[in-house]
Amino acid sequence: MDLNGLYQEIILDHYKHPRGKSPLAAPLGSAHHVNPTCGDEVTVEVAADDRGNLLIGYEGQGCSISQASASVMAELLEGASVGDSVHAREAFVAMMHAQGNADPDEAVLGDGVAFVGVAKYPARVKCALLPWMALQDAEIKAGLMAPKEETR
Amino acid sequence: MTPLDPARIKRDFPILERTVRDGKPLIYLDSAATSQKPRSVLDAERGYYESCNAAVHRGAHQLAEEATEAYEGARAAIASFISAEPSDIVYTKNATESLNLVAYAFSNATALHRAGGNPPQDPRFIISPGDNVVVTEMEHHANLVPWQELCAKTGAELRWLPLTDDGRLELSSLDSIVDERTKLLSVVHQSNILGTINPVALLMARAHEVGAVGMVDACQSLPHMPISIRELGADLVAWSGHKMLGPTGIGFLWGTSEILDAMPPFITGGSMIEIVKMEGSSYAKAPLKFEAGTQMVAQTIGIHAAVDFLNALGMDAVEAHEHALTGYALDQLTQIPGVTVIGPATNIDRGSAISFTVSGLHPHDVGQVLDSHGIAVRVGHHCAWPTCRRFNVPATTRLSTYIYNDRSDIDAAMAGIVAAQEFFGVK
Repeated sequence: MDLNGLYQEIILDHYKHPRGKSPLAAPLGSAHHVNPTCGDEVTVEVAADDRGNLLIGYEGQGCSISQASASVMAELLEGASVGDSVHAREAFVAMMHAQGNADPDEAVLGDGVAFVGVAKYPARVKCALLPWMALQDAEIKAGLMAPKEETR
Repeated sequence: MTPLDPARIKRDFPILERTVRDGKPLIYLDSAATSQKPRSVLDAERGYYESCNAAVHRGAHQLAEEATEAYEGARAAIASFISAEPSDIVYTKNATESLNLVAYAFSNATALHRAGGNPPQDPRFIISPGDNVVVTEMEHHANLVPWQELCAKTGAELRWLPLTDDGRLELSSLDSIVDERTKLLSVVHQSNILGTINPVALLMARAHEVGAVGMVDACQSLPHMPISIRELGADLVAWSGHKMLGPTGIGFLWGTSEILDAMPPFITGGSMIEIVKMEGSSYAKAPLKFEAGTQMVAQTIGIHAAVDFLNALGMDAVEAHEHALTGYALDQLTQIPGVTVIGPATNIDRGSAISFTVSGLHPHDVGQVLDSHGIAVRVGHHCAWPTCRRFNVPATTRLSTYIYNDRSDIDAAMAGIVAAQEFFGVK
């Protein structure tokens, strides 16, 4: 088993040096998600700037995969449109369901492409998805996205 | 007492011959979650299906007779294993079901009482607002959530005995926590997360002093040490078969015949009855009163073989082996900088489940690196989330041993922990 395939350098870097890890001053919506099997937690908060683009804050504790995933997501989607965040989430979710066989688009996922190998480990897929699902919930609660647009 | 020979024992477990993660030999250190099964258990189950598969306690044909004999023979074997009467052993699906059976005895007796008390219910099982149920802060969710539910349904209060920093029960307030309004005290014998072995006889004596029912969760103790069930001092004891070399799908509730008779049934339906009329039914005597529907006969045959296997080793020898291995593991673990044992760090009144944290590393990541070395441990909150909270950790890594483990397995795990520290650069 190749540990480096799972823990790519980018993932370890985001884990050790998380980007954008702080709460928002005035969140419009927030969602606290946990992984009940291992106790990983993340709270994602969202607001919108003047042009309706996303402001993202988060807090969390957990394994390297869940926390690096939150950092990658926050960095990638800060200032993005809600539509772009839905698009990126769909791409990330599809990659995580591909058992390591995806060919992810860096233009859409940024550093998120580093998680392609995580999808080979079913027990870790949930960790990687945790912040992305929390963001979706936060966007719905903030009224930025209708529940029907939910990503599967 | 002949000391165990893990190298020889390993050969009886087909799964321990396999490799994992690109050819690494499997090192199994997760027996507190579920034990592996020896070939004799697998053969016994297969043999049952090939020779005498039939529904038990019904039918007049030869297969039904043989199946019933095997089913009751297994009950006698497990009873003898713990020095109990066969009629005091109830088969369940697992320990969780055993605990729920008792929780529902309380809520069913209470509901029947409130509906008019016909038939009259034993007052020990009628629970009202102002009454309380007591557990400890080191319970598995299986010995916590059913009581939370019971209290929510009846208005009773849930209390718990707190823990000391080294993972023992804080007993100074036992007499005020377990009081005259306590209906049930249910405690774990050996913690699945901390490894602590609790003084259950003392606790059960306090329960009986105030007229409460006393229950013990023996899931983690009974597979690992010789137990004479009456010495626990409890009215009821729950445990599961799959942690003691047996198959999944078989668990146990032991109770004094007096208490089993006093409890209303849990799951109702076929084969647990005495007389059924359209207007109402009466029920069989325990244990059959609690064994509704077609039973898990093959699993009882499997657990019989598991008990035979353990008896052949001798439970004294099993206990001595694990005690020595636990001491070795604690010594090795505490020598690794950054490792903190969560639970008793001394090898006194503690079993072979050892939880620990590694500074700067999340347990999931520790477990992943160990897995890459072929080492299976458990990571997470071990279904004892409140216990993790008590020690301010989100989760732990837990290694747990059994009869097929030896020092080389511990050494491999230690090397794996150091490798994890190096990989993540926290060393």
